[in-house]
Amino acid sequence: MALSCTLNRYLLLMAQEHLEFRLPFISSQETYGKSPFWILSIPSEDIARNLMKRTVCAKSIFELWGHGKSPEELYNSLKNYPVEKMVPFLHSDSTYKIKIHTFNKTLTQEEKVKRIDALEFLPFEGKVNLKKPQHIFSVLEDYGLDPNCIPENPHNIYFGRWIADGQRELIESYSVKKRHFIGNTSMDAGLSFIMANHGKVKENDIVFDPFVGTGGLLIASAHFGAYVYGTDIDYNTVHGLGKASRKNQKWRGPDENIRANLRQYGLEKYYLDVLVSDASKPSWRKGTYFDAIITDPPYGIRESTRRTGSQKEIPKGMEKCPESHVPVSLSYHLSDMFFDLLNFAAETLVLGGRLVYWLPVYTPEYTEEMVPWHPCLKLISNCEQKLSSHTSRRLITMEKVKKFENRDQYSHLLSDHFLPYQGHNSFREKYFSGVTKRIAKEEKSSQE
Amino acid sequence: MKLLTHNLLSSHVRGVGPRGFPLRLQATEVRINPVEFNPDFVARMIPKVEWAALLEAADTVPKGPIEGYEHDEKFLRQMHHVLLEVDVLEGTLQCPESGRLFPISRGIPNMLLSDEETET
Repeated sequence: MALSCTLNRYLLLMAQEHLEFRLPFISSQETYGKSPFWILSIPSEDIARNLMKRTVCAKSIFELWGHGKSPEELYNSLKNYPVEKMVPFLHSDSTYKIKIHTFNKTLTQEEKVKRIDALEFLPFEGKVNLKKPQHIFSVLEDYGLDPNCIPENPHNIYFGRWIADGQRELIESYSVKKRHFIGNTSMDAGLSFIMANHGKVKENDIVFDPFVGTGGLLIASAHFGAYVYGTDIDYNTVHGLGKASRKNQKWRGPDENIRANLRQYGLEKYYLDVLVSDASKPSWRKGTYFDAIITDPPYGIRESTRRTGSQKEIPKGMEKCPESHVPVSLSYHLSDMFFDLLNFAAETLVLGGRLVYWLPVYTPEYTEEMVPWHPCLKLISNCEQKLSSHTSRRLITMEKVKKFENRDQYSHLLSDHFLPYQGHNSFREKYFSGVTKRIAKEEKSSQE
Repeated sequence: MKLLTHNLLSSHVRGVGPRGFPLRLQATEVRINPVEFNPDFVARMIPKVEWAALLEAADTVPKGPIEGYEHDEKFLRQMHHVLLEVDVLEGTLQCPESGRLFPISRGIPNMLLSDEETET
């Protein structure tokens, strides 16, 4: 006998930031575009709360009691909401308050009070408590997205019972501005949490970052209870030595290293180890032990793409770093790097584990076929973030769906999936070069 | 470097393959680092551990996972201490096949090799 699942409707209030990354997190089937108001059907309040414990993209979630395009429609909708669902929160022993939120418009206190008064028809029996109410109800009025064109009346009005807030304050508390140890390309805190969510990082997972830099991505994973490993080819960064990335600071202090970053947030117990290692020549034994690999590989612009090479291949004048013991030289072709990364993920991820990484693209030439592919990994999402007028990076999430057999290493020769990305080996040149400048010049002259 | 990490590392010197594991550990400076005990995490790690390699690296280790280890707090605490609290600050990791040494300094192993030394 099939059980019918009654789905309740919830209103999710999204933050107007990182718009491109909001959708895959919820994997909603409808398109919301730029609106901060999303209506979702969720089986239970627990699931709604759990969602809010993870997201940095959503401000709050409400149990939706009614909505409409005008006050009348809203009131009708509320009258149709089953009374038995309202009563548990309105009974005489409870305390409550009603808040009015308006988006893209400011109301006077008088106007707000009028709206609250208009809801008198609802069967509220409890006492109003403005300081610490048991239940908070909200009226949310949507006046659109254009601050230069604010309508007289709202496009939509919603009424709901507040359930929980999202984790937006993590963005502030984990802000790179306050972090002890940063690098030139340390990931923005909000994005690092989004990446951890894409990786489905959970308590007791092992998460690995093969291009760890100053460890920013590990922090977000550790926050969700995962134990973390990192490697980087740069000896100084791993050890926390050398020149500082902060303005006004010349050299790094003794408390600046990855472990210290985790300690700053009380997450030191999740620090497993960091190693100086070349991601193209990993030192892990055969086996599957990573639950997620979350990383931001170098694009060759602000950090160089490197791998170890032989003595003969060093161009004249290349810096030799005595502490790292080996000359670091060869430019690492981007397409090779992603191929190595996908192969490494396919081999060392547990089944069902995820790979989350940034793929830099030269936008005029980008096509979906360019996204690196592997027979063991399934593409889950691909979100674009613009970097400049002609470049962007894409947050790619893949899930391991097939056990790794050695022969998979060679299947790329059979498929031409990697060839389209080969053009991006010159991503660095395209980023800096005349190509971009010439296009800009052409655009400018066509506008004149 | 924790002993859990040592258990996952292998030499990638050219031609060595699976005989590059386990790396021979020589520790000149060791520190015991108290880490909060999390039985669920330790229990998760037990099936991933290569026991022979662990016995080579550490002295006071149970001979192998015992029946019902997931609920045996004494066992799990012992394993927690060995895998996560013993920290090698200075020393070397040696490839058992080629003899190549990888240094550990300030608790961080350096696994870099030149192109001639690595597998293609």
